[in-house]
Amino acid sequence: MSGAAANPNEGVAFKVRIVYSKLGKVRFTSHRDMARIWERSLRKAGVPIAYSQGFSPRAKLSFGLALPTTFESAAEYVDLSLAVRSIDVAGLPKLLTPALPVGVEVFDAAVLPDRGVISLQQAVTSTTWMLSLAAESSVVASWIGSVLDAPEIEITRERKGKSITEDVRPAVLSLELCDDPAHAEEFPPGTVHLIAELATQPRALRPNELLGVFSPEWTFVRGRRLHQWIASDGARVDPMSIGAAPTPHRELCAS
Amino acid sequence: MDSVWAQLEPLLERVQKPARYIGCEDGAQTPQHHDGAVSWLLTYPDTYEVGLPNQGLQILYEILNERPDAAAERSYAPWIDLEAELRATGVPLFSVDTHRPAPAFDIIAFNLSSELVYTNLINCIDLAHVPVRCEDRKDHHPLIGAGGHCTFNPEPMADFVDFFALGDGEEVVSDINVVVNEWKQAGKQDRQAVLRALSKVPGVYVPAMYEAHFDGQKLMAIEPRFPDVPEIVEKRTVADLAEWPYPKHQLVPLTEVVHDRLSVEVFRGCTRGCRFCQAGMITRPVRERPADQVRTMIQEGVRRTGYDEVALTSLSTADFSGISNVVAATMDDESSDMGNLSVSLPSLRVDAFTVGIAAELQRGRRSGLTFAPEAGTWRMRQVINKLITEEDLYNSVESAFSQGWRRMKLYFLTGLPTETDEDTLGIAELGRNCVKIGKKYTSGASVTVSVGGYVPKPFTPFQWFGQNTVEELTRKVHLLKDDVRKSKGVQMKWHDPEASIVEAIASRGDRRIGRVIEHVWRAGGTFQEWSEKFDYNRWTEAMAANGLELEWYTYRHRQEDEVFAWDHLSAGLHKDFLWQDWQDALHHLGLEDCRWTPCYDCGACTGYGIEHVVASATPPAGGSQGTGQDLSTGHEIPVLLLPRAGASQ
Repeated sequence: MSGAAANPNEGVAFKVRIVYSKLGKVRFTSHRDMARIWERSLRKAGVPIAYSQGFSPRAKLSFGLALPTTFESAAEYVDLSLAVRSIDVAGLPKLLTPALPVGVEVFDAAVLPDRGVISLQQAVTSTTWMLSLAAESSVVASWIGSVLDAPEIEITRERKGKSITEDVRPAVLSLELCDDPAHAEEFPPGTVHLIAELATQPRALRPNELLGVFSPEWTFVRGRRLHQWIASDGARVDPMSIGAAPTPHRELCAS
Repeated sequence: MDSVWAQLEPLLERVQKPARYIGCEDGAQTPQHHDGAVSWLLTYPDTYEVGLPNQGLQILYEILNERPDAAAERSYAPWIDLEAELRATGVPLFSVDTHRPAPAFDIIAFNLSSELVYTNLINCIDLAHVPVRCEDRKDHHPLIGAGGHCTFNPEPMADFVDFFALGDGEEVVSDINVVVNEWKQAGKQDRQAVLRALSKVPGVYVPAMYEAHFDGQKLMAIEPRFPDVPEIVEKRTVADLAEWPYPKHQLVPLTEVVHDRLSVEVFRGCTRGCRFCQAGMITRPVRERPADQVRTMIQEGVRRTGYDEVALTSLSTADFSGISNVVAATMDDESSDMGNLSVSLPSLRVDAFTVGIAAELQRGRRSGLTFAPEAGTWRMRQVINKLITEEDLYNSVESAFSQGWRRMKLYFLTGLPTETDEDTLGIAELGRNCVKIGKKYTSGASVTVSVGGYVPKPFTPFQWFGQNTVEELTRKVHLLKDDVRKSKGVQMKWHDPEASIVEAIASRGDRRIGRVIEHVWRAGGTFQEWSEKFDYNRWTEAMAANGLELEWYTYRHRQEDEVFAWDHLSAGLHKDFLWQDWQDALHHLGLEDCRWTPCYDCGACTGYGIEHVVASATPPAGGSQGTGQDLSTGHEIPVLLLPRAGASQ
């Protein structure tokens, strides 16, 4: 063990951010499962990942906000620490996708700046969800209105063994019905889809938590993360653009 | 009804660990079902986490799918939450590959590796919408088959399983496939006819073709009902492992399983001759895989799977002739990126040489090492023919602590033949002495002694032995617990003695035990190897309800001429060889490993015209090699023959 003097970037040549999907049957795997799947897939693809020092070396991967098991996603992110500089970063999607399970497709890879990058967990300020419900669309529409009009929405959650009641209304950044026919084809028939942008700072509001308060009688059918956002100087940027953009200020979280 | 996925998907939203039902593993196949192919559902009657790594199932999965006239998929026992959902919605058991419903398969074939999963097997048949008893099945129902170590006494499951395959499965699955395909092409008429045809396939046992005769409690004989059905069913043995480099595409699950690593089988069979060990008796002779093939399988397996750990599996991997070379070549392989590869050897031999190999394997990690001395005193180890000396153990432990390990785990059995309290307490004594050695190297030295209640198994020299009662096993566990409590640095773990008794009921049980197993299943007794689901009273009640005595089935010593429920089956071993070895055991006489010494004619080779496939003519270096002799220089000194009681008579 190298002790307190250990340099977390020892053996790291540079870092790459990857965006990928998690669609179909693979949605039933957990966040932990995905971490192991990524470690094996990188070895399989021969990507020279950097390892931590010490007794049990671990591949240096840094994931974003955990996706709840059974949710799909069109926008998952992972930061890889690579051990060698001579890597064709643009070729990574083509190299990695075949090494990953069906439903996990790597869309893009971008080099991160050497310094000043905030971890995905801390940097992402909101995520956009599509949620499908077995319910009447007029009922859902009026529910949306009541959520948006409410001055505050208190929910009670367990945190570190304690019950904490909080106002989560500020975390509901947007909420609307979605009538895009493309989604109607993909999801089970007879479902209503809504799009919600929910803040993840200072604490993430989960889709189930929001739906749970108001709609105990609705059957939740399917959820999919569509986007993750980093608020930067009043605008939202995609986590992949961070390589070029200056470091965002966390104080600017939507709230 | 090609897939139940649409019905299953909403159920998976509500169950624990849904990833165990989705398949999608790396290495999973997309079998092509067609009228000309027999469809197999290979089912492990325990959870996905336990069942997925099973190599036997994966081997057969590949061999069958390579055949144009077969298509094989996999299934595992659903956990109780999904079972409730399936029963409530009427969705049957399904394959994880294409989510094809179980009733659509021609054969549902189970792996039977433990007696405690018998109720799960019945539960899976029921969830497959197939009548649980063979006699109630119609022509259109899938055939129910089983293989695995427990099939060497299949009688307790004879009411529920149409056919059993004994021994190595690599060749017999194809023979079965051909017979069943003929029946399928002819329109699947007359189930009895296909079962009769299967009973003539070497290695296949069809219980319905045999009649069991009883006189009161006593079993008189199990005889064929028809003249063309063999009187004795012989096990199948693959002569050369090199011809079967399977699995070629080991399954890599998406979720965590018990052995989450690459496995390469380096040899099959073991002739160390430990008298309690059924696996070592029924899988003889020793058949080593060529060292080159082992290296290739490791390299290709690591590349294909992305695993960073490989287990070299066998019943005693340090005995593999090429072990040092294979290990060195794997660790130093520059051609592939094996820099972080760790190699594990399950079932370490107890000697310093073995520890040296382990040290080389685990360059980074020094988490813990496990040894199996099995008994607490030299006298007891002579009885069970595990001839390692105390010196062997202490040298191994010293070697391990000096090379950086801090935790040791020692496996023991209690309730062995002739065991006295001195032998039992010897377990704690060994543990204490090992801690004392460890303290020289690290203040944190700790030794865990793990104690299991011994259950006599068919086709072993101890098959005549009357098992310790549940009270006696419990007393011994308490005796040890009290003794260990005083010893700092020694921890103790033990198996539930009640579970050992339930195992025993089925281990040497006969056909009448089927009613007991069904009774327990009907009362809700599934997942009996999971302590939270295990209920001993259910079993004793079921025995009583069926008029059967625990004493008769488990506790009494058996007579030399007693007819066993497995006498009409054969693992090659002569019954008189086993009896002689039982007599030797009672006289504390050891028997050397026949790999490197002359043949004792146990029958496993001679009966089938095969022999050991072992690269080295002398044992590897290290300790006493289970002979009680000094073999520290290994290859230079062949094992000496000790006088044997039987030989002098």
